[in-house]
Amino acid sequence: MDDQALAQALARDLDAAFEPLVRAHADRCYAIALRVLGDPHDAEEAAQDALVRAYRALASYEAARIRELRLRPWLATIVVNVCRNRSRRGRPAALALDGLSGGAEPAAPSRDGPAAMAQAADDRERLAAALATLPERYRVPVVLRHIDDLSYSELAEVLGRPEGTLKAQVHRGLALLRAAAAEAGLEEVTA
Amino acid sequence: MTADSARLTALAVSAPANLADDVLVEVGLADRIAPLPSAIGTLWVAWNGRGVAGVDLGDDGVAIAAEHAARTGRRTHVRDALPSGLASAVARRLAGDRRAQVRLDLRGRTPFEVAVWEKALEIPFGEVRPYGWVAVEIGRPRAVRAVGTALGHNPVPLLVPCHRVVRADGLIGNYSLGGPHNKRAILASEGLDPGALEDAARRGERLVGSDTTHVVCWPTCRHARRVSQRHRVTFRTLREADALGYRPCRACRPTAADAA
Repeated sequence: MDDQALAQALARDLDAAFEPLVRAHADRCYAIALRVLGDPHDAEEAAQDALVRAYRALASYEAARIRELRLRPWLATIVVNVCRNRSRRGRPAALALDGLSGGAEPAAPSRDGPAAMAQAADDRERLAAALATLPERYRVPVVLRHIDDLSYSELAEVLGRPEGTLKAQVHRGLALLRAAAAEAGLEEVTA
Repeated sequence: MTADSARLTALAVSAPANLADDVLVEVGLADRIAPLPSAIGTLWVAWNGRGVAGVDLGDDGVAIAAEHAARTGRRTHVRDALPSGLASAVARRLAGDRRAQVRLDLRGRTPFEVAVWEKALEIPFGEVRPYGWVAVEIGRPRAVRAVGTALGHNPVPLLVPCHRVVRADGLIGNYSLGGPHNKRAILASEGLDPGALEDAARRGERLVGSDTTHVVCWPTCRHARRVSQRHRVTFRTLREADALGYRPCRACRPTAADAA
């Protein structure tokens, strides 16, 4: 079921259609929360909280309003807001820089096999750690654009900023990310 | 730029496997069920984010979960234990601690059933009232039978203390949670002597009054139990008490329907 059909179904019978919504969007809600907050446990709580809030919001909306919802950006908005509120409660929003150092020198990469997979996982962790060092105003747009794959018009809806501003922030965010990644020994990301 | 995007896409991980189920349970679209030891055997307590939705007695948790799922229409996952906060709140509640808050999820039930169960919740630990009292109190004095049926369908026995509702003739009556034997055991655990209550009712002692205060009560009312033997008088009916100038207790509100 695509999101438009899902919105129709939610408008008709929230309790019947909510599970398909959760199954379709739980992964991306979690991924956004993880890359914004940096911690898997926090991210799980935030994603759960966001989806519960989504249910309660839908329960209070008129059917006509639910039918008009663009579910992807709408859910992303809730996740981003929940993450912001959690950061404000005093938790560090992202990992500290020491998450980047102390790693062993990368072994000579082969194309597949366990070593290569371990290397890929390791690179992914370093990239995630580099992402976590970005200031929030760059990190959140980069996460939404390049991890969640929202369009700039959807980003504008989620973050309430003009598309032009967001393009500049994503551009600047990627530049900062390249610099942080290079520092973490991930030169190949800047290719 | 393209390389960046490709690599960042790799950061779009999957959610932990339980996330979707946790959400569905939290909003009340799926339930969990777990065992809780009790004096009368293993209780299976089903819950979701809206409250406790079922209490049942038995050894086969899988079968009880299936029954619960069939009754509620919600997928019901069996767990090893209740969340600690819920377990302690339920245990305190069963021990008579009214300050322990246990929310109940009674969706899908009729307003009549809910009214009956809410009335049963008002009966204090260690006291009993007749079915007819519940009927009068909820404004449906002729619906005594329906009250009995509603109590028999109580999805959360012990938490809604349907065991504290007894027959008009003083007999303890039937019980959905494993039969009348359990009802007597639970009442005994609350400090009542079911046999003595039945004996007194057979002797026609359906109501108890004090000849100093001239207040008449149900026999298990805390006010009736404070009356000393010397001042204790018993009545067969409320009319009998009324004729002698006794007024009904404001706490237990004895009703004519059942005293008759």
